[in-house]
Amino acid sequence: MQNVRTVPTFNIEPSTRWPSIGLRELWDYRELLYFLIWRDIKVRYKQTVLGAIWVIIQPLFIMLVFSLFFGRLAGVPSDGVPYPVFTFCALLPWQLFAHALTESSNSLVGNQNLITKVYFPRLVVPISAVLGGVVDFAIAFVILLLMMVFYGIVPGWQILAVPALVLLAVMAALGVGLWLSALNVQYRDVRYTINFLVQVWLFATPVAYPSSIVPEKWRVLYGLNPMVGVVDGFRWALLGKPESPGLPLLISVIVVLMLLVGGLYYFRRLEQQFADIV
Amino acid sequence: MSNLAIRCEGLSKRYRIGAAHERYKALRDVISDAATAPFRRLRASRNGHGNSNGHHPPASQLAIDHNHIWALDDVSFEVDAGDVVGIVGRNGAGKSTLLRILSRITKPTRGRARVYGRVGSLLEVGTGFHPELTGRENVFLNGAILGMRKTEIARKFDEIVAFAEVEKFIDTPVKRYSTGMYMRLAFAVAAHMETEVLIVDEVLGVGDALFQKKCFQRMNEIGQHGRTILFVSHNMSALRNICKQAVVIDHGKLVAQGEANRTIDQYLANVGDEPQDEIVETPTFTVTSVDIRSENSPVIKTFDPVRISVKFIPKTPIPDPCLFVSILTLESRRLASLDTRDFSVTAPIQANEVCELGFTIESLPLLSGPYQLEVYLKNFRDQLELVPHSYQFEIAETQVYGGRKLDHWFGKVGLRAQAWGSSITDERV
Repeated sequence: MQNVRTVPTFNIEPSTRWPSIGLRELWDYRELLYFLIWRDIKVRYKQTVLGAIWVIIQPLFIMLVFSLFFGRLAGVPSDGVPYPVFTFCALLPWQLFAHALTESSNSLVGNQNLITKVYFPRLVVPISAVLGGVVDFAIAFVILLLMMVFYGIVPGWQILAVPALVLLAVMAALGVGLWLSALNVQYRDVRYTINFLVQVWLFATPVAYPSSIVPEKWRVLYGLNPMVGVVDGFRWALLGKPESPGLPLLISVIVVLMLLVGGLYYFRRLEQQFADIV
Repeated sequence: MSNLAIRCEGLSKRYRIGAAHERYKALRDVISDAATAPFRRLRASRNGHGNSNGHHPPASQLAIDHNHIWALDDVSFEVDAGDVVGIVGRNGAGKSTLLRILSRITKPTRGRARVYGRVGSLLEVGTGFHPELTGRENVFLNGAILGMRKTEIARKFDEIVAFAEVEKFIDTPVKRYSTGMYMRLAFAVAAHMETEVLIVDEVLGVGDALFQKKCFQRMNEIGQHGRTILFVSHNMSALRNICKQAVVIDHGKLVAQGEANRTIDQYLANVGDEPQDEIVETPTFTVTSVDIRSENSPVIKTFDPVRISVKFIPKTPIPDPCLFVSILTLESRRLASLDTRDFSVTAPIQANEVCELGFTIESLPLLSGPYQLEVYLKNFRDQLELVPHSYQFEIAETQVYGGRKLDHWFGKVGLRAQAWGSSITDERV
């Protein structure tokens, strides 16, 4: 180009097999990300009578059910911690993950009116869906702190690890959500599998029981579920049990990174056809 | 020389036929597909698809493939910065596909384009508006979706609200807005984008006449500020007013490009030639063509005698066929209607026979502009069935009263009139 221009130029070309992730462009659209999160939260609470109280009722109710059936009736051990706190502490990251996973998987199909009419980096859609759950998490987290006060549990310095663990849970949900949201655009029966997947995943994660009851020889395989590391990490950070999150957490980080990077590339590759098939 | 704003080279876009019905597959289909894939690949390579040495045969040669359609076929053109370019063509000609590619919503199958500057696209008014949110909230949300910065929206907020004339309701959820208010606000946001290139699809066909005028004025303003606009519309007089250049697209190909008035004339001359023979189904009828023509066809002029004819095949015998036709503005305002029941036309009609019903009109008193026909056919249960398709036609701009050409300021209806005058000298008045 002989003439120097100050305006940005865009090249429009056919689909490529290995598109870049486009993080820079994603950063340019951070305000849209913020507005979409804001919209989802605002609309969610505008249309319900109880509003934000739902965020607390749901995990509290599940905690009661788990405490009654697993803690009291089935006598599931809880590493010496009162069972309600033990399970609530795991329910929070679990619900963050499950919610983020479900929302992001359905996000592209749910926002198809945007996708077919305006250009923006499509990654904004599942990312905003995932981050929307963090606000719910923050509200429920206050309840957990109150419960810990009630049971007289004082967390140690490990509590500082909570933000990193939240990030890990979000990244895990995004990693899986990217794959599923892109697949969901192409194959609409994916959505029916998501609820099922989340239910099975709940029992493969130490929410209602401690990971210590899993036999030693299965631990590594069990740890491939990234939420094992996250949930154990939470219990370690807040309740001090298990003693250290150690190996599962390390495996979890590796699995999450693999899911995320793979998901990003898969998403970017399929993204080029979204507007045509959504 | 002036700078380039857009350059397209051989843009082509292929879609699967029937995509509308089976746009997405079920996972189980994929599994069964996978089993037959090797055979299909074999067949495809025989059809010339296996061509992988980088040199592609022209898209038209591949049109032998009956499973696909080229919505856009080897389109190349350039737009200078600051030009306002109208894109015309019939429904399904590929205009929207072109806009979608240039807006980066979808990728071309072949070819490339380069756009110099940020692109704002308005393919639909109110994309992303959420009914539960207030006007104020929607302005910010919609602005962000269109690619505006928060500070930019905040700076223009008052201007946007004033343009939309919704000051009083800005903190009311938009679900309580009237359609007019909703459209005004939605257009206002988009109209205040500050991108170098603006892409506008047929979105101004909505709303009342006053609002349309305002929108066109705004588009004119934007154009005069040296920004590049690509504008699709069926409203030829609006295109003539706003655009300097025009591009004609037909069957996915660029067939003409040049100065707006001349190009549009040429387009209208060609388009009027063919009946709009798209096959449309109603519960009882298959409508094969709806046509309006005059002795001047392809061009229809004010006060021309015209003939409207509708060809259809009934799926059951109809003892007493009946046709109801209305002439509407593009905003669906009914201007006139005709019903065969008011005339004594009777011919019982057998099933699966091609039939034709119609009207001749001695003189069509419509002024220049786009119009549409709305067609109803009566079934054996005496119910009118709407033919779900808008048949558009255009009245050419002519010198109705012998003098200058009349534009939309003169309204829609031409009057057969004479002017007269005399000096009044009689004092008794």
